[in-house]
Amino acid sequence: MAGEPTGLLHAGGTASLPGAGNTWIDSLREAGARRFTGLGLPTRKVEDWKYTDLRALSGSAWDLPVEPADLANIEDDASAVLINGCWMRGHRPLPDGVELVSLARAIEDGDDVVRHHLGSVASLARKHFVALNTAWLADGLVLKVADGVTIDGPLRITLAGAPGAQRLAWHPRNLIVLGREASLTLVMHHVGTGDYLANLVEEVVLERGARLRHYRVQDDSPDAVNVSTTEVKVAGDATYENFVLATGAGVGRNQIAVELAEPGASVRLDGACLGRHRQQLDTTTVIDHAAPRCTSREAYRYILDDSAKGIFQGRVTVRKHAGGTDSHQSSKTLLLSGKAGIDAKPELEIYADDVSCGHGATVGEIDQDALFYMRSRGIPLEEARDLLIAAFIEGAVETITSPEVQALIRDHALAWRTRA
Amino acid sequence: MEKNAAMTLLSVENLRVAVEGEEILKGINLSIGTGEVHAIMGPNGSGKSTLSHVLAGRDGYQVTEGRVLYKGEDLLAMEPEERAQAGLFLAFQYPVEIPGVPTVSFLKHAMNSVRKAKGLNTLDAFEFKKIMDARLADLQIDNSMVRRPLNAGFSGGEKKRMEILQMALLEPELTILDETDSGLDIDALKVVADGVNAMRSPDRTTLVITHYQRLLNHIVPDRVHVLAGGRIVRSGDPSLALELEESGYGDMVTAA
Repeated sequence: MAGEPTGLLHAGGTASLPGAGNTWIDSLREAGARRFTGLGLPTRKVEDWKYTDLRALSGSAWDLPVEPADLANIEDDASAVLINGCWMRGHRPLPDGVELVSLARAIEDGDDVVRHHLGSVASLARKHFVALNTAWLADGLVLKVADGVTIDGPLRITLAGAPGAQRLAWHPRNLIVLGREASLTLVMHHVGTGDYLANLVEEVVLERGARLRHYRVQDDSPDAVNVSTTEVKVAGDATYENFVLATGAGVGRNQIAVELAEPGASVRLDGACLGRHRQQLDTTTVIDHAAPRCTSREAYRYILDDSAKGIFQGRVTVRKHAGGTDSHQSSKTLLLSGKAGIDAKPELEIYADDVSCGHGATVGEIDQDALFYMRSRGIPLEEARDLLIAAFIEGAVETITSPEVQALIRDHALAWRTRA
Repeated sequence: MEKNAAMTLLSVENLRVAVEGEEILKGINLSIGTGEVHAIMGPNGSGKSTLSHVLAGRDGYQVTEGRVLYKGEDLLAMEPEERAQAGLFLAFQYPVEIPGVPTVSFLKHAMNSVRKAKGLNTLDAFEFKKIMDARLADLQIDNSMVRRPLNAGFSGGEKKRMEILQMALLEPELTILDETDSGLDIDALKVVADGVNAMRSPDRTTLVITHYQRLLNHIVPDRVHVLAGGRIVRSGDPSLALELEESGYGDMVTAA
């Protein structure tokens, strides 16, 4: 079952990592290392990893960047910049009621919120990359929004990858906590060059009535592997919205697990995966309706060209006492090449009565009737195709509830069409 | 009634067309002069839609014999967009719904593609809107229609109005109306007919393809042809349409 642990767990130890010597962080790291040693890297024999091929990670030795790479000159006015998983700098001032610091510093400071929540949302069970991330837990960011504070203008965070002497693997951990009735719009932008593994784990805690709009643009290096895990705990009447636009990485896996923990919690997960060449773009979601009267909406779109491969795995569990659940899931795929393909696997596990759950998956090619209609009005073939692709993208982008972010992600998605 | 002076705009010569090996058009001959209005009438399955699709350049048809000259050039060698850019317009029997493509941006793309091909300057959003608003007013089409995605959720009548709006914007030299009257109530029918009639001029040519005579009360043709069994079995003046209205296609289909 277990794959090669590989050089990802290597010598050097954790003695130099932030907070080393404190029992709580040492034991967390040890538990992660033990778990990863047991699990190894997932192979396609592991159920959750059946469709995604991680052979790109095997073989060579890996370096772990503990010091930020010398990239301080990167042009970016984002509120925080992480390079190779390490906190580079924050941009001040921050809005009142928002706290944003490096995880390394928060660990050194023994921050109570961090001690309380770190490792509590992202479980190690069966989660290979969470275990690996936990073993090397060193840096990332801690973002807190105080009770009742509303921040609409998006807070931007950049996660950049830069090449090292060897292949680099980094394991940033972000902890995001929104207090009661707090509201935040957050945009994370992944960029990079070279060959690396970005293994991001995010733990999100939304207290009662909070609302987080969490957007991600994954535009990693085409040679990189990006596995981003987002685990979210949503309290009563709180709302979590997530949209991921994935255009980058050779292998990009976006795994999101959401626990709707109390009555009235809601979640919407949306995204667009735009792949070409031999890219594998994977979206794996788990929504746990653990309380009555919660709502979940999920809609992903894929556009796949060349030999690109899409993977969509969406599990929805409705527990026995979660009556009044309202859940819907869909995936839509547009194939631009005969060699492109998608594996779509919806999974509903319903143990409650009185629920409304639906799902649907469609796969199609460019609509030839629509193409002919446009051409018959004088629009050249390529331009007509382009308009139809843009229309398909729009179907995903229109789910983004922040107008500012919607425009940003639309521009980025439309630019994909003309990139090599 | 013959207008011998008219220059031939479209010349269909012994056109034979098959779909998946089955011959649908069995040698069509048709000549339409610039400025004329011709009607092709025929029962279901006579090949009317096949003819309009082949003229517009739709895939899936095999031309096994004959040729079509448009302004003296080989129409069948042209891509669909080249035909449109050269002034040919097909009003679809079933306009395609394209959710996600805003009608306004589609219309602007179409108009600018045709203008570019004609060597005219392309219109910016402001210039385009002025022209579009004028055409909407001419045709008494509600402005809200162009703010929706193209044809998405439109009623049958709205779709046909949208076709006529596109025709008015693209100002084609040859318009082919493919059963534009089917499924229309009398008000929508009048919008269509008024739109076509308003554009009637010595340098605009129209081919009306229809099952029924009633559209021809509003768009009065110069010539009427009867298509049956893949052939034009009769041609004549507008009185032929009235004759068909009374006696039906029965005799002519048998004759084919």
